[in-house]
Amino acid sequence: MDAILSFRDIGKQFYGNRVLSGVSFDVAAGQIIGLVGENGAGKSTLMKILFSMPEIHETGGYEGSILWNGSEVKFKTPFDALDAGIGMVHQEFSLIPGFTTTENILLNRESLHRSVLTDIFSTRISMLDRENMALRSKKAIAKLGVTLDPNMLIKEMPVGHKQFTEIARELCRDKVKLIVLDEPSAVLTESEAEVLLSSLRLLANEGIAIIFISHRLREIVDLCDQIVVLRDGQKISELPAKGSSVKTIASLMVGRSVETQGQTDVADTYMNYGSSEPIALSVEQLWVDMPGETVRNVAFSVRKGEIFGIGGLAGQGKLGIPNGIMGLSPSGGNVKLHGKPMQLGSPYAALKRGLAFVSEDRRGVGLLLDEGIDWNIAFSAMQIQNKFLKPLLGGLFQWRSDREMLNLANEYIKLLEIKCTGARQRVGNLSGGNQQKVCLAKAFALRPDILFVSEPTRGIDVGAKLVVLETLKKYNSEYGATIIMISSELEELRSICKRIAIVYEGRIEGILPHTAPLDEFGVLMAGAKSETQQGGRSEN
Amino acid sequence: MEQIKRFLSDFGLPRIIIAVFLLALFMMAPAVGVNVPDALKDVFNRFGMNGILVLALIPMIQAGCGLNFGLPLGIIAGLLGATISIEMGYVGAYGFFFAILTALSFGSFFGLAYGALLNRVKGGEMMIATYVGLSSVMLMQIGWLALPYKSAVMIYGFSGEGLRPTISVDGFWRNILDNFMSIKIYDIFDNMVVTISDFWAYIPGIKWYGKIPGNDIGKWLYEPKLIFAFPTGTILLFLFVALIVWAFFHMKTGTAMTAVGSNPIYARAAGINVNRMRTISVMLSTMLGAMGIIVYQQSFGFIQLYDGPLYMAFPAIAAILIGGARVNKASLPNVFTGVILYQGILVMTPLIFNAMLKLDMSDVIRIIVSQGMILYALTRKTKVLK
Repeated sequence: MDAILSFRDIGKQFYGNRVLSGVSFDVAAGQIIGLVGENGAGKSTLMKILFSMPEIHETGGYEGSILWNGSEVKFKTPFDALDAGIGMVHQEFSLIPGFTTTENILLNRESLHRSVLTDIFSTRISMLDRENMALRSKKAIAKLGVTLDPNMLIKEMPVGHKQFTEIARELCRDKVKLIVLDEPSAVLTESEAEVLLSSLRLLANEGIAIIFISHRLREIVDLCDQIVVLRDGQKISELPAKGSSVKTIASLMVGRSVETQGQTDVADTYMNYGSSEPIALSVEQLWVDMPGETVRNVAFSVRKGEIFGIGGLAGQGKLGIPNGIMGLSPSGGNVKLHGKPMQLGSPYAALKRGLAFVSEDRRGVGLLLDEGIDWNIAFSAMQIQNKFLKPLLGGLFQWRSDREMLNLANEYIKLLEIKCTGARQRVGNLSGGNQQKVCLAKAFALRPDILFVSEPTRGIDVGAKLVVLETLKKYNSEYGATIIMISSELEELRSICKRIAIVYEGRIEGILPHTAPLDEFGVLMAGAKSETQQGGRSEN
Repeated sequence: MEQIKRFLSDFGLPRIIIAVFLLALFMMAPAVGVNVPDALKDVFNRFGMNGILVLALIPMIQAGCGLNFGLPLGIIAGLLGATISIEMGYVGAYGFFFAILTALSFGSFFGLAYGALLNRVKGGEMMIATYVGLSSVMLMQIGWLALPYKSAVMIYGFSGEGLRPTISVDGFWRNILDNFMSIKIYDIFDNMVVTISDFWAYIPGIKWYGKIPGNDIGKWLYEPKLIFAFPTGTILLFLFVALIVWAFFHMKTGTAMTAVGSNPIYARAAGINVNRMRTISVMLSTMLGAMGIIVYQQSFGFIQLYDGPLYMAFPAIAAILIGGARVNKASLPNVFTGVILYQGILVMTPLIFNAMLKLDMSDVIRIIVSQGMILYALTRKTKVLK
C-alpha cells in the first residue's frame, strides 16, 4: 500500500523547549494508525503541525517535512489542510448548539438554489436547498453506519450523537482521505464507544485513513492496524496492533520497564507501610462533581505520617479527590478523619479539622494576586485558627497584627528561598515557582495534620521543583504530618511517596508501592487492569 | 529621584494632572476677581458634606461587589431617618443623632435585602445595583406621598398630607456639625478676628480674647464680615467615620472581606463564607450612605425627597474613582484625594469661567464639569489588574 501521508523527521521546539524530534511514520489509505503517549508526549503538537495551526507558525515553524500523496506539502492555514482532504475531530466539540445535525454537518458548505438574484449579486444571498442538504447529510451519516436524526438540534443530543455529528461533518467533504480523531471516545459511554469503533472500521474499509489518538489502550489495540508510541517528543516504537498487548504498549508509553527481580519483598513491606500507625484518613464511596475531573467511587486509606501519592492521566478524576474532600467541589461519601466522620462540602469544617490543601490552580484558588506575600501566607491561619490577631477591648474586636504576619512571611521567605523584593511584594508579580512556594507556606502556616498537595510542581522550574519536594519531605518528617500528593508526573510521585494510587475514570484502579515496575503503573493508567491479571495490587 | 518616581507612580498621573489643574484655577482666581477665601470655604464645606457618602463606597468595593450604584437605597434610609426625627419634633444635637440612629437601622435592613439580591447576581452587581437605586427611588415616590407624616413643616400645605419635595432643616439641626468648633475668620472694623465656635476669639496683634461679650457676633449692632469658615465638626465626624472604616479593615472580618474582594475562590478555599462577607459589606455601605446623607443635609440645609437620591450616587463614585480607586480595591487616601479634587474642580471651574466670561452660566458649567468628570472617572475603572 502506498502511503498517502508521511511524516519525515518532524521536530518542533517552543522557545528552545524541544517537544518533538525526528518523528517519522507513514499512513496508508484505509489504514488506522493509533497514536499513543502520555500527556505532553507530543501527540497534539504533531497534529497541530499537520494542520499548520497558527501557533506553529507564530513560534517559528517546524523541522522536517510532510508528504501528502507522495509530494511534500506545506499548508499555510488549517483551511489548506481541509481542502487537501484531511479532516480533524477535536477533543472538544466544535458544534453550534442551536443548529440541527444537517446544518452543523454542512456548515458553510450548504447546497444552494440558483436564482436571478444570485447571478446578479453573489451566492451570499441565495436560498438554501434544504432537500439536497438533508440528502447529503444522510449520506454522510450512513457512511458511519449509525442513525442520527438530521433535524435534531445539537443541544438536545446525547454526547455520543454529537461525536458522530462531528465525524459526519468531516466525512461529508467529498475528497476527504484522512481523518484525525483526538480522544473521540473520552466522552462516550462504553456502548457508544463500541459503535464508534465499528463505524471507524467501516470507514477504513472504504479506503479512508484514520489517525486515532486515545488513552484507552484497549480500544487502540482492538481498532488499529498500526500503533505509534510517542514519549517525550520522540517516536519510541511503531508496532502492528495485532499481537501486541496493552501491557507492552503501556510500558512503552511510560518508559523502560525497570528491573523487577527481587523487589517484590521490598514492595510488600512498603505496602504494609507503618501498619502500626493508626489510620489518619479513610475515604469510602467518595464522589465528586468537579468539571472535567469527575470522581465516581473512590476508596482509600492513609496512615498517619505517610506520604501517599495519587496519580493518573489528566481528566480521570485524580484532581477531584482533594477538591471534593476539601469542600471546593460538590461531593459526597464517607470520609473519616482519625476515625471520626468528616463533614463534606465545607472548606471551613475541613480546615478546622486540621486539613490543608495546596491547590493545583495556583492563580485561581491558591493566591490573592493583588495582595502581598504576608497576607497570602497568614490569611488562612488567621481566619481559621485566630493566629496573628490581638484581642482589643477584652476580645470584643480582633485586631490584625501586621507585624506578626510580616515576621511569619519573612520566616518562610528564608526557609523556602522565595525570591522577592520583600514580604509585602504583590504575589501576582512573583514567578510561578515562587508563587507555588507561597502556596506551600500558606498551608504550612496552618500546621495541618493532613496536607493535600495537588500538582505541586506544575509549571515551575527545576530548581523550585526540588525545593518544593524537599520541603514536603521535611515537613512530613519533622511534624509527622500525613501528606497526600496528587500529581500527573509519575516519576515525581515515585520519588517521594511510598504508595501510589492510580485513578482511572473516577475510580482507583489500583494502589502500587513506589518500587513497582513502571509498566504496571502504565497498565493501571490506561485502565487495562482487568485484561492483564497481574496489575491490580489493590488494597481495596 | 527614586522617591519622586515612586510617589508619582503611586499617586498616579491622572491625579497629578487634576491637582495641577485645580492649583492653576486657584492661582488664576485673584486675577479674574474671584474671592479665594470664599472659594476655599466652599471646597472645605463640600469636602465635609460629601466625605461620608464617598466613604460608603469602600466596603462594597473591597468585598468585590463593585461600585455601589445602588447608593440611593442607603440615601432613602437616611431620608427616612431625617424625616422621622423631624416628625417626632426632636431638635438640635438630639434630633440630629436620633436621625442618624434611625437611618442606620433602616440602612441595615435595606442593606440585608440588597445584599441578598446582589449575592444572586454575582458578576453583574453594578448593573443590578443601578436598577436597585432607580427602582427604590421610584417606589419611594409613592412612599413619600403615602406615609402618614403629620408634621406641618414637612407636608403639603393644601392637602395636609404627603411630604414636600424640599424640607428645610432650619430650626432642627441645620449646620449643627458645621458650627461645632468651627473656625471662622471675621473682618471687624478692618481687624482680622479668628474665632473658634464663635466663642474664643483671637485678634492678631492684640491678644487672646476670652469670651466675646454677648457670645454671639451676629447679634452685634455692627455686622462683622465673615471672610472664611472651616466646618470643623463636619470634617471631624468624617474623619472619625473614616477611622472606624480603617479600623474595620484591620480586624479579622475586614481582612476576610478584603480577601473576598481580591479573590473570592481563595477566600472560599480558606473557609470564608463569601456570601456572608458580601452581605456585610453591602449593609455597611448602605448604612454609611444613610448616615452620609444626613451629614450632607445638615450642611446643605434641606432634605431633598423624591428624585433627590438619584443624583447622589454618581458624584460619589466619580470622586472615589478620581481618587484612584479600582473596581475591587479602594483605600482611604483614594477617598480623601478624590473628594478634594472632585469637589475642588466642581467649585472652582464655574467660578473662574463665570468671572472670565462675565456671564452667569455657573449651573450649565457645573453640570458640564461634573458630568464630564464622572465620564472621565468611569473610563478609569477599566484599570483593574487581573
